[in-house]
Amino acid sequence: MSKTNKIRMRETVISYIFLAPVLFFFIVFVLVPMGMGVVTSFFNYTMQDFTFIGIDNYIRMFQDPVFGKSLKNTLIIVVGSVPIVVAFALFVASQTYERNAFTRSFFRCVFFLPVVTGTVAVTVVWKWIYDPLSGIMNYVLNDTLGIIERDIMWLGDKKYALISIIIILLTTAVGQPIILYIASMGNIDKSLVEAAEVDGANKFQVFWSIKWPSLLPTTLYIVVITTINSFQCFSLIQLLTSGGPNYATTTLMYYLYEKAFKLSEYGYANTIGVFLAIMIGLISFIQFKLLGNDVEY
Amino acid sequence: MKKKTTPFGVFAIVILSVLTILFVFPFYWIMTGSFKSQADAVKQPPQWWPQNPTLENYEKLLVQNPAGQWLFNSVLICLVTMLLVCVTSSLAGYVLAKKRFYGQALLFSVFIVAMALPKQVILVPLVRMISGMQMHDTLWAVILPLIGWPFGVFLMKQFSENIPTELLESAKIDGCNELRTFISIAFPIVKPGFAALAIFTFINTWNDYFMQLVMLASRKNLTISLGVATLQAELSTNYGLIMAGAALAAVPIVTVFLVFQKSFTQGITMGAVKG
Repeated sequence: MSKTNKIRMRETVISYIFLAPVLFFFIVFVLVPMGMGVVTSFFNYTMQDFTFIGIDNYIRMFQDPVFGKSLKNTLIIVVGSVPIVVAFALFVASQTYERNAFTRSFFRCVFFLPVVTGTVAVTVVWKWIYDPLSGIMNYVLNDTLGIIERDIMWLGDKKYALISIIIILLTTAVGQPIILYIASMGNIDKSLVEAAEVDGANKFQVFWSIKWPSLLPTTLYIVVITTINSFQCFSLIQLLTSGGPNYATTTLMYYLYEKAFKLSEYGYANTIGVFLAIMIGLISFIQFKLLGNDVEY
Repeated sequence: MKKKTTPFGVFAIVILSVLTILFVFPFYWIMTGSFKSQADAVKQPPQWWPQNPTLENYEKLLVQNPAGQWLFNSVLICLVTMLLVCVTSSLAGYVLAKKRFYGQALLFSVFIVAMALPKQVILVPLVRMISGMQMHDTLWAVILPLIGWPFGVFLMKQFSENIPTELLESAKIDGCNELRTFISIAFPIVKPGFAALAIFTFINTWNDYFMQLVMLASRKNLTISLGVATLQAELSTNYGLIMAGAALAAVPIVTVFLVFQKSFTQGITMGAVKG
């Protein structure tokens, strides 16, 4: 064995000793369950039963109307939230990043507050806000502003339930993107912007040809994490509507939870899990391809 | 830099102010609601400020319900998770950034892919496994699965890139062993990362409702978030009481966030995968 190889061998041994604790937990609590999830998705796996059934769970899934409805609701949530989150975060960040440090950190805190407050606390207060009788939403919109004509069952009416949930989701989803945009706008080369302004470019042109390209990697990252998070929308549903009324707000993640933890259909739940993982992987990949074309890494 | 106030500028300030009110309002409503009696909480028109402030909600939570125990459980879970995540991740991040070893590229890609994988997807097999290990409904059931999550490794690798290689080499020439080098040379340099990861893990674990929901069951083992969710399911319209619970869940973590805001923000920006 040559000398460099020997050194590399030694480094390898040391490195794996340093890596051992993380690897142990990663293998036992991430990789093994992942493998189990994939394998058991081919089984009829319940409290009483554990038999191999091939791809029957997958066939069942694609014929399951509730699954279809959950998929549709999930996609509505993703499509409804991602563009708004990006636009909203861009707006807030562009209005605050040039201000002084105190103002910046004030706005960071304001928009991060719903995230830190925690899903449960945020959700229970919104449940009260949406309460048709004692909630403040109907009071303000009906009695004060007169925008709506009669009190609305925000979470109980299938016309409004999903949109009501998306609104809460949005308040918890913009905090991190705003922080990321503020950081990345602070890194834009100021001399480029000034040069363009001297050359007579208007604000829109400056934004479009100078700022936007340098924000692209951040935007890509924000789109990917927001998509992944929206795909996993669960707590709001479980705490507010339990998927109702009549499955109008059931998401894939909630459906998976219901199958696994309420009905003990572990195999079928894992099939939905595998589907969800593949969907998320594919969509992240496509987003990288689409948005990432002219992005340098 | 000169700033002209354009019509758009004025419009933007108005919008920002309205948004600020909307984003702070839920927190305000939790805090004020927690001091309202049940009768006052459901009154229309609503009381924008509690007119007969009372502590009865907090009393009910802490005396008739084990909210004190729930808070203790939350703090314990967060502290242990934070400690274990930070130590294991900084060891791993250090060698991934500073050593050249066999299998490095592969290992790193596996971590990156796993980071994009939604944790919830593996939760069902994980719960079965934890039950098999006789750990279901213990605090370890929540803690252990969070340690192997690769985000911390990635973050600490980012921070470890800053360690000057010459420094490590001169330590080696001086006869420092590997662990000693890590502790006395590498660690002081990655300390800001360690702090960022610590605070990030603490806040995320505190609010990791799904994991707590599927892992914990008996009333005395709940966390504060899960406890509040349980109360809400039991007495859904006693809003004063629920808000007091929400306040107990939110105030400690919001305080932690405000105090360590700088570290936290750094963690978020450094953890963004762009490579």
